[in-house]
Amino acid sequence: MSMPFGYASPEQIMRDKADYARKGIARGRSVVVLQYDDGIVFVAPNPSRALHKISEIYDRIGFAAVGRYNEFEELRLGGIRYADINGYTYDRSDVTGRGLANLYASNLGRIFTESIKSLEVEVVVAEVGDTPDGDAIYRLTFDGSVFDEHGFAAMGGQAEAVATRLKEHYRDGMPLADALEVALTALTEPGGERTPVAQLEVAVLDRTREHRKFLRLTGPRLERLLARATTPPPAAEQPPAEPPKEPPTDEPPAEPSAGSGEKPPPTGPDGDVDDGSSPL
Amino acid sequence: MASHRDLPAGLANHLFRNTGSSSFTEFVGSYAAELLPRRDNVLATPIGDQVPHATTILAATFAGGVAMAGDRRATAGNIISQRDVEKVFRTDDYSCMGIAGTASTGIEMARLYRVELEHYEKMEGRTLSVAGKANRLATMIRGNLGMAMQGLVVVPLFAAYDPDRDGGRIFSYDVAGGPYERERFDAIGSGSIFARGSLKKLYREDASADDTVMMLIQGLYDAADDDSATGGPDLTRKIWPIVSVIDADGYRRLSDEQVGGYVEQMLEARMISPDGPIAPLR
Repeated sequence: MSMPFGYASPEQIMRDKADYARKGIARGRSVVVLQYDDGIVFVAPNPSRALHKISEIYDRIGFAAVGRYNEFEELRLGGIRYADINGYTYDRSDVTGRGLANLYASNLGRIFTESIKSLEVEVVVAEVGDTPDGDAIYRLTFDGSVFDEHGFAAMGGQAEAVATRLKEHYRDGMPLADALEVALTALTEPGGERTPVAQLEVAVLDRTREHRKFLRLTGPRLERLLARATTPPPAAEQPPAEPPKEPPTDEPPAEPSAGSGEKPPPTGPDGDVDDGSSPL
Repeated sequence: MASHRDLPAGLANHLFRNTGSSSFTEFVGSYAAELLPRRDNVLATPIGDQVPHATTILAATFAGGVAMAGDRRATAGNIISQRDVEKVFRTDDYSCMGIAGTASTGIEMARLYRVELEHYEKMEGRTLSVAGKANRLATMIRGNLGMAMQGLVVVPLFAAYDPDRDGGRIFSYDVAGGPYERERFDAIGSGSIFARGSLKKLYREDASADDTVMMLIQGLYDAADDDSATGGPDLTRKIWPIVSVIDADGYRRLSDEQVGGYVEQMLEARMISPDGPIAPLR
């Protein structure tokens, strides 16, 4: 090649940066955001009690991120400042998720092009409306692209596999317990073990709440919800009653393998019960 | 090309600049100082009696919480400028403040204070301690001292539920700041002298929330009875005092129907005994 020493084409630089960022993001664990009947729920496997992946930004706006903690923490704090300053300057109702998503997008995009290392983060900005139609979930990637997601979003780790499972199980207007169940099913690899409750970070934007819609679900409250979600499986676990019903409605490969595999109880029944009940 | 280090998140407008503090007021001061209430103006003539004033606020603790009530009248000199003004504000899930003095300054202060508390909570991932909240409000009042000297006095009353004690706490202030923690109950504003006198006789240790609200309604009526700037219940327009209760479940403002119930009950008794409940002599 007759290229001068040290030359790299812009395409190459961008590709390298993108690969670098993608690798960093895929290293962590996935985060799932989805709509339920009364709002939006965020679920993140997170062993740390102190370093949050999910946070409140404003009255109706929540934030979830994957990737490097110090980098998305910077984004989170900037977002809170943006929201508070706008809400104080104008009115609380004038702070929108769209405005925040745009702010993040322009910053992520600028850093991606201008600095040597792009941010290794992916974030979701979710805003809950007065009705499910008013809900919005924006997913932003490290290069500043914005995806207006419908119903659900998955990011980080094996994001594509998680998104596929999420798409399979997601239904519009699920109650919260069912939505949690769907999220956990999506976050669990087929045949894998579920994240224990103590290592889950869960929060909701609940449109029925007054003032601030954001609420962290922890401790007994979360356990109760998860218990409610997992009540159907025991019924499904009785092999004689269920088998005739399930195989026709579901994808057959998942069911028999889980049912006849080495570990029948942990994931098989949970996933299958949800599949069976969803007409999608 | 600006390096990543120069602009932490590549931002030119400093939203992503870390000010090193979780205080919203400090951030606004560095980011858009003109949005903060101006403290350094010198008025040509004091306008204290030309702008609407908020009057009487009462608060009392009960077993496991605290209640606050305020009348609805705003006055400018001898004019009643508003009959249904709101001067008890929710500041976060477990605290509220009432304001007496210049209404506009007080409302603005309550709005800033609410953002201040929430901002800290979101940035730090924890709520401020009750003492921390009370101290923060003192700083804001002190900042207004210059304007207070010009006649734009505003004095708040702060009440919060303290989870560490499982009880309510009340803090009062003067024009130069504070806070002064009050045991049991306190009142501020023009009718406060009468309200405090009334509460002194009516207050009962470990009363229920329900009884405590009744005490406040009685105290407010006594204040309105003797102070021209304090509004009593407006029967024809159905304007009742604002009553807020904070306990372990958080802040809640009683609905008009609920307050109306207390007021009617009180008025019925006052038809027979106009000066209200009579305290036992010994």
